[in-house]
Amino acid sequence: MLQVSLYRYNPETDQEPWMQDVDVDTGGKDLMVLDVLELIKAKDTTLAFRRSCREGVCGSDGLNMNGKNGLACVTPMSETVKNNKLVIRPLPGLPVVRDLVVDMSMFYAQYEKVQPYLQNNAPAPAIERLQSPEEREKLDGLYECILCACCSSSCPSFWWNPDRFIGPAGLLQSYRFLADSRDTATEERLDKLDDPFSVFRCHGIQNCVNVCPKGLNPTRAIGHIRNMLLSRAI
Amino acid sequence: MVTAVTSLGRSGLYDWLMQRISAVVLLAYFLLIAWVLLAGVDYASWKALYSQTWMRIFSLMALLSLGVHAWVGIWGVLTDYFTERLMGQTGNVLRFVLQMLCGLTMFTYLVWGIQILWGY
Repeated sequence: MLQVSLYRYNPETDQEPWMQDVDVDTGGKDLMVLDVLELIKAKDTTLAFRRSCREGVCGSDGLNMNGKNGLACVTPMSETVKNNKLVIRPLPGLPVVRDLVVDMSMFYAQYEKVQPYLQNNAPAPAIERLQSPEEREKLDGLYECILCACCSSSCPSFWWNPDRFIGPAGLLQSYRFLADSRDTATEERLDKLDDPFSVFRCHGIQNCVNVCPKGLNPTRAIGHIRNMLLSRAI
Repeated sequence: MVTAVTSLGRSGLYDWLMQRISAVVLLAYFLLIAWVLLAGVDYASWKALYSQTWMRIFSLMALLSLGVHAWVGIWGVLTDYFTERLMGQTGNVLRFVLQMLCGLTMFTYLVWGIQILWGY
């Protein structure tokens, strides 16, 4: 029997959050954490959590498992369970709506700030805007982000300044468009980032790199942004 | 764009660069001091070292770097923990007062340091 400790909070009935201990029969299998949650929910339908694709593509089930953020659907028990214990909490730093469901508004507001879409005012050519394979290669490791918020919600700078620091997820996407050869708004984008908070709250502790379920490296992207800001100003 | 009037240069890039440069100066200075101390030092050789102009310039540079480095670093800590978001208006007042205390301390160190460097 796996001993699971669950963060529970129902704002309509609970004064404050509490931890619920549940024993789960995993049948000796190395289940994904999401499967464990589904087993619990089958018995206690009041438990709330987000999930959708259950294969690490949609980014809905970002959770804090035994102290580390990750996607429950692609985190096997063998990777996170210690001494037969599993503590599941919502992503830290974001307001809890109910149980394991967090309010991601602040996260999305920062994402919106970086204008995560291609900007190019030149008249559209008859065919596509072409890129060389080398130019396209620069976007690898950037475009794969699924916005699960595991990185930003593991970042202390984002915990303290979620309204002013864009956070690793937003900055990764920011660099994705700064690095895109088809985007012509580079200067305007950099202008918006050149303040003491948006980029420079990053102190390079790499919590984001440590938790990213897609194996991306926001710290490196932030370093590239910093270099772009530096080389146009020096 | 977020502005912050109490940050050192009102620009994230400027603060970041100044913190990096001052860190290099401080590292070089403290390595030199450590090397001198480990090599064995007495009052006479210590005084002889600090009577040379290059050492006084280097010391003043380290002192200025310390002020810059401390301002940027403390500003970063204070704007994390003493904010309007966490504490309301109290956070703003507290942060400003603490930042000014840091500035006063660094200014005192600077003047005092100059006095020591050129006074003996």
